[in-house]
Amino acid sequence: MADVSLDQSLDHRAATVAARRHFLTRFVIYGLLVIFAAIYLIPLLVVVLNSFRDQQEIARNGLISLPRSFRLEAWGQAWSSYCIGGTCEGMQRNFYNSLKMTIPATIISTSVGAMNGYILSKWRFRGSEALFTCMLLGVFIPGQISLMPWAFILGNLGLSNSVYGLVLIHVIQGISFTTLFCRNYYVSIPDDLIKAARIDGAGFWRIFRKIILPLSSPILIVTVIWQFTGIWNEYLFGVVFTSGQQQPITAALVALTASGTNVRAYDVMSAAVLIGALPPLLIYLFGGKYFVRGLTQGAIK
Amino acid sequence: MSTLTIRSLRKNFGAVEVLKGIDLEAQNGEFIALVGPSGCGKSTLLAMIAGLESVTSGEIRIDGRLVNSVAPKDRDIAMVFQSYALYPTMTVRENITFGMESRRVPKPQQDEAVKRVAAFLQIEPLLGRKPGQLSGGQRQRVAMGRALVRDPKLFLFDEPLSNLDAKLRVDMRTEIKKLHHRVGKTTVYVTHDQVEAMTLASRIAVMHQGEVQQFDEPATIYNRPANMFVAGFMGSPAMNFLPAELSEQGGRPVVALQSADGKTASLPIVQALPSTTPRQLVLGIRPEHIYRFDPDLARRKPGIAQIDAVVELVEPTGAETMAVLRLGGKEITGRFDPDGTPRMGETVTLGIDMARACLFDPTTQRLI
Repeated sequence: MADVSLDQSLDHRAATVAARRHFLTRFVIYGLLVIFAAIYLIPLLVVVLNSFRDQQEIARNGLISLPRSFRLEAWGQAWSSYCIGGTCEGMQRNFYNSLKMTIPATIISTSVGAMNGYILSKWRFRGSEALFTCMLLGVFIPGQISLMPWAFILGNLGLSNSVYGLVLIHVIQGISFTTLFCRNYYVSIPDDLIKAARIDGAGFWRIFRKIILPLSSPILIVTVIWQFTGIWNEYLFGVVFTSGQQQPITAALVALTASGTNVRAYDVMSAAVLIGALPPLLIYLFGGKYFVRGLTQGAIK
Repeated sequence: MSTLTIRSLRKNFGAVEVLKGIDLEAQNGEFIALVGPSGCGKSTLLAMIAGLESVTSGEIRIDGRLVNSVAPKDRDIAMVFQSYALYPTMTVRENITFGMESRRVPKPQQDEAVKRVAAFLQIEPLLGRKPGQLSGGQRQRVAMGRALVRDPKLFLFDEPLSNLDAKLRVDMRTEIKKLHHRVGKTTVYVTHDQVEAMTLASRIAVMHQGEVQQFDEPATIYNRPANMFVAGFMGSPAMNFLPAELSEQGGRPVVALQSADGKTASLPIVQALPSTTPRQLVLGIRPEHIYRFDPDLARRKPGIAQIDAVVELVEPTGAETMAVLRLGGKEITGRFDPDGTPRMGETVTLGIDMARACLFDPTTQRLI
């Protein structure tokens, strides 16, 4: 009996020690995570707060400080009336430009990528692997290198300073990525499905429409999110190949911060930045879980 | 009414010769099994019959019509895949009608065909489900339904049972046999499982290294294998091969074997030997023709030779017991009745049924 009770108290003590250690490690882990989360979130918080603060208050108390007022005027100004480079229409035109550029460019580059991926994985031909390798190079070539060729091409096509020129650029620049994504996903779809469909009398397009596309939603969501955020956030081509009213929102934001008034309208800038960041943010909010799922999951076996 | 004829068919993948001149034919309603180890080219051959692989040279005829460069959909064939290849996003019904949709068969006709096949295979309750919601055996049925609904000239099966567990495999094997009896379609069936080939086929083509080693009825393949490869591949446990020397005893041909006690035992040869028979031979005996010597049986049945061997290992399976025996410096397997199971280390007197033995030429590996 004595032995047994001794054993029990030993067990109890060991359990307490283990529980305490467990609690400590948890505490450290969560503490670190909170610190890192704060490092990422505080700048965003500052921008969000400043967009609601009064400009004079910002000037008085500094950029980083708790708000003493709450106003929505800065958002309205940023959207429709703030003066950028002589025109006083706010960001709305540039916002629409960005939409007009991003939506078609995303749809076209994703469609082309899906088609490429389908061909390169399921209808291989002599040299198709080499072709794929060449297309992959596009993933690694930085955009700056293609600035000059694009200037030449857009000039010849008469598409300089137009949203359509940017659509063309983003479609072409994006095909490497979309093809890579789709091809690697389609490789995991069993070839037997294609063979069975061929025996069943289905051709190239029918197999794509009826068998490949219905299996594609995970990778198409990934590709659309990737392309949408990439194209929306792209700045270099926008600022180089368009000006004034044709600029996408990223380029316009820079113009806004550089516009010549001597007082820096931090409230308006903050609101403008947030307006510019909103669409990709929304896309992530709604599609984020599909994004992670699509990146990690293979095709249905 | 449909036949399949294949003449000196070759297939190269680059420099690799996968099929080296295949000759095969299937009569109307015949069930042909292509069997062989992996890499023997059997699946490639089937894919070429289906039109999924191109022909390097030679010819494939379905019903006398040359189909070498005819598209798969125009060959009037149906195929069941090892992976079943059911379209995962479609329901069972859509899977079955997909081919008819592609061929623009009118809707009422489609419904009728689905009804017929579903009743035939007893899959009516599954028609609304997706393949992901089906068990292995159900998927197998649906895959067969998709093939059956076509009423094709030729059925092609590519290892259709190898993804099923052992028990279901035996059940489905029986079903396929029944199905073939009822439908009576010419069928080509690829498998690496020699039991499937033996049980299902009217004729078996044993393939190895891109060549047909033997193309004959199951009984002939089993009892008179054309060469040592076929002999070793068909049958489980495999046939025993013993190097032996041809000699004579009392004017009759015998093969000499080293027995367990170091003495040489002479086993009589029952079959007639051609004059070109080499002196060095390989004696092939199936495990079921090696058993405990029984004087009564030996009196009734001629050609049972008597020899001593040491039992090295005993493997009971329930229905019978396999014993690994040491004979003439080689290990052989014998099949024993569970009642007469030998003990390990025991020296048993074996009866070898020489009437069923095969003799091979060790250089050409061919049956003598």
